[in-house]
Amino acid sequence: MNQRLITPLGAILAFILIAVFLMPSPAAGQVKLGTNALSVAPAAAKPWTVTKTPDGQPDLQGYWTNNTMAPLQRPKGVTKEFYTKEEFFEALKKQAELDGEEATPGTVEDVHYDHSQFGLDRTQGLLTPNFRTSMIIEPPDGRIPPMTAEGQKRAADLAAERKKQGAQYDQAQNLPFVTRCIYMGAVPMLPPAYNNTYQIVQSPGYVMILIEELHEARVIPMDGRPHAPQNVRSWLGDSRGHWEGNTLVIETTNFNDKVAFQGSSRDVKVTERLTRTGEATMKYEFTVDDPHTWTQPWKAEMPAIKTDGPIFEHACNEGNYSMGNMLRAARVEEKRAAEAAAKKGTE
Amino acid sequence: MRNRYRNMIAGFAALSVLLAVIVTSTPCHAQAQAQPYRTPRTKDGKPDLNGIWQAVNSANWDIEGHGAAPGPFWQLGAEFSVPPGLGVVEGGPIPYKPEALQIKKENFADRMNRDPEIKCYLPGVPRAMYMPYPFQIIMSPEYIMMVFEYAGAVRTVYMNHKDAPADSWMGWSNGHWEGEALVVDAADFNELSWFDRAGNFHSDALHVVERFTAADKDHLNYEATIEDPKVFTRPWKIRMPLYRIVEKNAQILEDKCVEFSEEVLYGKLRKVPLK
Repeated sequence: MNQRLITPLGAILAFILIAVFLMPSPAAGQVKLGTNALSVAPAAAKPWTVTKTPDGQPDLQGYWTNNTMAPLQRPKGVTKEFYTKEEFFEALKKQAELDGEEATPGTVEDVHYDHSQFGLDRTQGLLTPNFRTSMIIEPPDGRIPPMTAEGQKRAADLAAERKKQGAQYDQAQNLPFVTRCIYMGAVPMLPPAYNNTYQIVQSPGYVMILIEELHEARVIPMDGRPHAPQNVRSWLGDSRGHWEGNTLVIETTNFNDKVAFQGSSRDVKVTERLTRTGEATMKYEFTVDDPHTWTQPWKAEMPAIKTDGPIFEHACNEGNYSMGNMLRAARVEEKRAAEAAAKKGTE
Repeated sequence: MRNRYRNMIAGFAALSVLLAVIVTSTPCHAQAQAQPYRTPRTKDGKPDLNGIWQAVNSANWDIEGHGAAPGPFWQLGAEFSVPPGLGVVEGGPIPYKPEALQIKKENFADRMNRDPEIKCYLPGVPRAMYMPYPFQIIMSPEYIMMVFEYAGAVRTVYMNHKDAPADSWMGWSNGHWEGEALVVDAADFNELSWFDRAGNFHSDALHVVERFTAADKDHLNYEATIEDPKVFTRPWKIRMPLYRIVEKNAQILEDKCVEFSEEVLYGKLRKVPLK
C-alpha cells in the first residue's frame, strides 16, 4: 500500500536513509559488510529477544515487506558483494529515473507505463536497507549455477512447444501467467515491484502468510505431518514448516509443471528460512534445490522490514481489462492488415 | 396392614417430594442440553474456532428451497445437475423489491453470461461461507483469517476495528466476541458478487452481520443477517451448520480457477477459434 502513495523521490530517499541508520540492522554483527554503510550503523544495540505467541511459538506476526533494489542475480561486471552507500543511492536514483521514463513522454504508452505516476515502481515503496549486489549469495558469484543437460533439454522442449502455440497475442493462453492473473510468484517470496506486502498470522499448529499480490494465502502446517501425495501438485506447491530455534523453516515440494521457477523442474524443493532479527526486522533466506535442473543448489538472502497494513484485496482476474484489450487490439490489427492487403490486391 | 398402607403412602409422598426436589433443583438431562455449549478456549481466552470447516448443503445452487434440476449441458447428464435443497433462508421468500426480483429472474435466465462463479471471480460474503469447498479459520488475538479453497479467496476479520480503505469483492470485516459467539460485521462490498447460482444478488449497500457459534466440538452454527435497502424491503436471515473437516492431515488445497475460466472470458478473442 505504501506503493500506492505518490511521494516525491527526495522524501523517499530521506526515508530510506533514516531506515538504514536508525533501524536495528538485521545484518549488523552477522554478515561481513566490509566498509559499507550498514557496518557504521549503531554498534549492535542491545541484544533483541524474539517475543512468543500465546502458545509459545516465536512471534513473526505483522505486516512485512522485502522490497529491494537488489536483483536476483549479480549484474555482469559487478564483482563485489555489497554496494557502498554512495553506490547504492546512485543506483536507486538511476532506477527511479528509469521507472519514470519507461516510455517516451507524451505518447499513449507513457500514460500506461509511467510507473512513477501510479506509484507502481520499487523506489516509491518502503525499501529495505539491502546493499547487496544480488539476492543470491551461493554460489559466491551471485548467479544461478549452470543448467544440467537435462535442464537445458527441458528448456528447449518448452520453447519449441510454446512456438507451436503461435504468437503471444494469438490467444489468452499464450500470454505470461502474470498477465493472466494466474501466478505472480509466491514460493519463494521474491518481492514484486509493487504490492510486495506480506501479513503473517500464527495459530497453534499453523503459520499463515498472506501475500498481497494475487491474495495468495499460504497456510503452512507446523505439526510435522508428511507432504501431500506426489500427484497433488499446484502452483504454490505443498509447504510444511518447523522451527529450528527461532527460525521458521518452510520446505515446499509438489509444484506443478507450469511454475518452472527460473526454469526448475516440478521436483524442485524450495527451503525458506525466516528469522526475526529485531522488533521491525527479519532475515529471509531461501535455497533452491533441483538436481534435474542445476549442477548445484543455490541460495539467496534478503532482509524484510515491518510495514503498515492493511493488505488490500488484489482482485486481479476480476479487473483484468488488459487481457481483453490486448487480444482485441491484435485482432483489430490483423483485420486492418487483411483489409489493406485486399485493397492492394484490387488496385 | 393399614399401617403398612399408610407407610406406603407416606413413602410415596416422600419419594415424590424427593423427585420433585431433584427435578427442580438439579439440572436434569433435558435442561443440560438446552445450556449453550461452552467452546474450548484459545490460549488468550477466546472461544477456539480454529479448524477447517465446510457447509454441507446446496445453498450455492440456490439459497432458497429448490428441487433437483438438470445441469446446463445435456451432454453431462447427471453430472453437474442441480442437487435439491430445503433452502437456508429463514421465514419465507427473500424479500426483494419488485424491480429487484425482476433482475434476479433475468440473472438466472442469463446466468451463463452473468454468474461470477463461472468467471472464477471472488465469491463475496456470505457466498464464500457455503460454497461446496472447505475453508480454514486461523485465529490470532488481532486477526481472524478465513482462507477459502475456492479461487484462493481470503477474509481478514479485524478484531480491533479498522475502517475499510475501499469497496471490494470480499468486503471488509470487523469482528468482536459476544459470549460464545464471534460476531462479524461485514460491509464495503462492491455490487458484483452473487449469493448463489440462481441469480440472487445484492448491491454495494450490502451489509452482512454474521454469528459463528460452536454447537459442539465439530459443528459451528452460522447465521447471517442480510441488509441491503437498495434491493430488499427488509433485513433477512440465512442459517446453517458448518461441519469440521475431521480427516487427519486435512488441508486447504489450491484451487486456482482463473485458468479454467479463460476460454469463457477471452475465447471469442482468439485468433483461431476453438473447434
